[in-house]
Amino acid sequence: MPNTKRTRLVASTIAVALGATALAACGSSNDSKAESGPVNLTFWSWAPGMDKVVDLWNKGPGKKDQITVTFKKQASGDTLVTKILTAHKAKTGPDLVQAEYQALPTLVSNGAVADISKEIGDTKSKFADGVWGQVTLGTDAVYAVPQDIGPLMFYYRADLFKKYGLTVPTTWDEFAQTARALKKKAPNLDLTTFSANDAGLFAGLAQQAGAKWWTASGNMWKVGINDAATQKVAKFWGGLVKEGAIDNQPMYTPAWNKALDTGKQIAWVSAVWAPGVLTTAAPDTKGKWAMAPLPQWNKGDDVTGSWGGSSTAVTTDSKHQAAAAKFAAWLNTNADAVDTMAKVGGIYPASTSAQTSGAFSSPPAYFPNQADFYTQAAKIAKATAASAWGPNVNVAYTSFNDAFGTAAKNKSDFVTALNTVQGTTLADMKKQGFGVSQ
Amino acid sequence: MTSPAHRKSYGVKGAPYAFLLPAATLFALFFVLPIGYAIWLSFRKVHVSGLGLGVGARKEVWAGLENYKDALTDNEFYHGALRVLGYGCIVVPVMLGLALLFALMLDTERVRLAPFTRLAIFLPYAIPGVVAALLWGFLYLPSVSPFYYILDKLNLPQPDLLNGGALYLALSNIAVWGGTGFNMIVIYTSLRSIPAEVYEAAKLDGAGPLQIALKIKIPMVAPSLVLTFFFSIIATLQVFNEPTTLKPLTNSVSTTWSPLMKVYVDAFGKGDIYSAAAEATLIAIATLVLSFGFLRAANRRNKQEAAP
Repeated sequence: MPNTKRTRLVASTIAVALGATALAACGSSNDSKAESGPVNLTFWSWAPGMDKVVDLWNKGPGKKDQITVTFKKQASGDTLVTKILTAHKAKTGPDLVQAEYQALPTLVSNGAVADISKEIGDTKSKFADGVWGQVTLGTDAVYAVPQDIGPLMFYYRADLFKKYGLTVPTTWDEFAQTARALKKKAPNLDLTTFSANDAGLFAGLAQQAGAKWWTASGNMWKVGINDAATQKVAKFWGGLVKEGAIDNQPMYTPAWNKALDTGKQIAWVSAVWAPGVLTTAAPDTKGKWAMAPLPQWNKGDDVTGSWGGSSTAVTTDSKHQAAAAKFAAWLNTNADAVDTMAKVGGIYPASTSAQTSGAFSSPPAYFPNQADFYTQAAKIAKATAASAWGPNVNVAYTSFNDAFGTAAKNKSDFVTALNTVQGTTLADMKKQGFGVSQ
Repeated sequence: MTSPAHRKSYGVKGAPYAFLLPAATLFALFFVLPIGYAIWLSFRKVHVSGLGLGVGARKEVWAGLENYKDALTDNEFYHGALRVLGYGCIVVPVMLGLALLFALMLDTERVRLAPFTRLAIFLPYAIPGVVAALLWGFLYLPSVSPFYYILDKLNLPQPDLLNGGALYLALSNIAVWGGTGFNMIVIYTSLRSIPAEVYEAAKLDGAGPLQIALKIKIPMVAPSLVLTFFFSIIATLQVFNEPTTLKPLTNSVSTTWSPLMKVYVDAFGKGDIYSAAAEATLIAIATLVLSFGFLRAANRRNKQEAAP
């Protein structure tokens, strides 16, 4: 395309002019005229099938508004955060990025993502409050538009539960009893494993128990990774590992896949996206699994945590922040866009109305026996506890891998490991100079 | 194109510099500059004020030797170095011992299938380190490994290779498997360059194959042994692939198992490139001191032997 360079030059000239207009017209937001004009945006994301959704935009609303989005496939999670920060340092960042909720404070703290509260209008109303809180970080700013969420659920082998006469646990006490009962009946089997290689799950479980790992008040952060709620969760899992009621080997290994596929492990505490993982990890047991709400700490409660989930953020390097915000809002609230993401990419949308429409009218292919899978999922998602992320989640997660890896291996005290994570995280914040209260 | 007359007028004096220019430019651009930048970064740090959320809340400031002090007093960094030392104590002698043994065996007169054997031993070296580590990782996991299946069928004990002391053996095994072939080829090539007269003379003096190997071949390939040892020390100090690839499979490999892994985690996990730069500089210094220290010691011995 010989014209590309010139087009871009023209586009950016116009955009600069528009930017000036937008600044002058600050306050009178939602003026769609200010966002028209040929604009090229780059979008970094790892979601499978995102190219299809971007096509949808470029052929539809994007064509009308002359906003063309180029999708660039990325590696997921922490690697992308590093890449975004590096690109930001070099001032060569893309216009839009996919960011996990727990990475947002890090990105904001590094000045990499922009406040788009003025550009996105009434997008807030499309999301549950708990989800929205994750992109505002409790401030008046809006740093991203929620894309997908990962409410925690309990997955189990329905056939094997029946075979061993187990009932689906509704409380964590019952969960422990189920694990012990299974050990008694079939010593070679495990209900599940405690895996130290993904801190996200543990964070979600702590969140369910009411933990607040990072809270800000005034100009100070408070780190509560070893607060009472998290200690309760750590003691619970540490106890199960110590008495040998569950396994202590990491998940996402060939051995773990085999354990799930052969029925050596018969349950998995996971998120709404589990069907995708199970499809590849345990292909032979399709249709034998069932999903239930996460066990509760108090009988009769109805609350869950979340594991994963991501948002679409606009970078501070973008010269077309208004146009980028418009795309981000469309991507995550437009029915067609969300439907395509769900069908092709298998994501579970953050947008409330999308959770029961289109792609979610029938259960995932892996769960043909549970017709109301997504109805139940939407109900569970509604009861997601608020999360509390801070600016160095990455440090806490790395520390978790090491401290809990050692504790799981030695079957030693999980609370000690938790204190190590707290100490490391706090020390890192102090070292960097953050205002930290004890 | 310049005319001959023009070229002549430039003179011969500038020619060496002109020839040097491409190499010097590349060296400066891709070697001196990045290293200089890394060293510069190692003296810096980030300072955040307040919640760190506003614009300009994050500043890069001068840190002096703080990053170095932190790295040197960091228990994890020190333990990582010890772990690598233990790993190196297994890898280097075993790998070079096997390489020398194979080279000597291939060099004997009555050897059969030499080209095939040579290739078979060398082949693992052609497999990328990450692939090799993945492959072995699979074989180390009891529930998916065919080895464990056989041990189970034969009612033999099944060792846990991914925990405790056995982990060092498991990691070393990957390095030995991958590296022996390369070192063998280096030693073998130097064995082949020993003139045949030397062997004839030895035989006339009544030396058997074993004596020839011990008293003639090994001393004569000593320089290549020194070289392979030198390479192996550097490779050991930089161990990264094997533990990183095995890490997700076991609770026993931490994210900071080796010093280089700690550099990686600090830079890309924690986003602290400043500490990572300081640690990388320390590792580079340690590598230089150890490897060149060894070379000097080896050369001094050679000189002493040469001039009795």
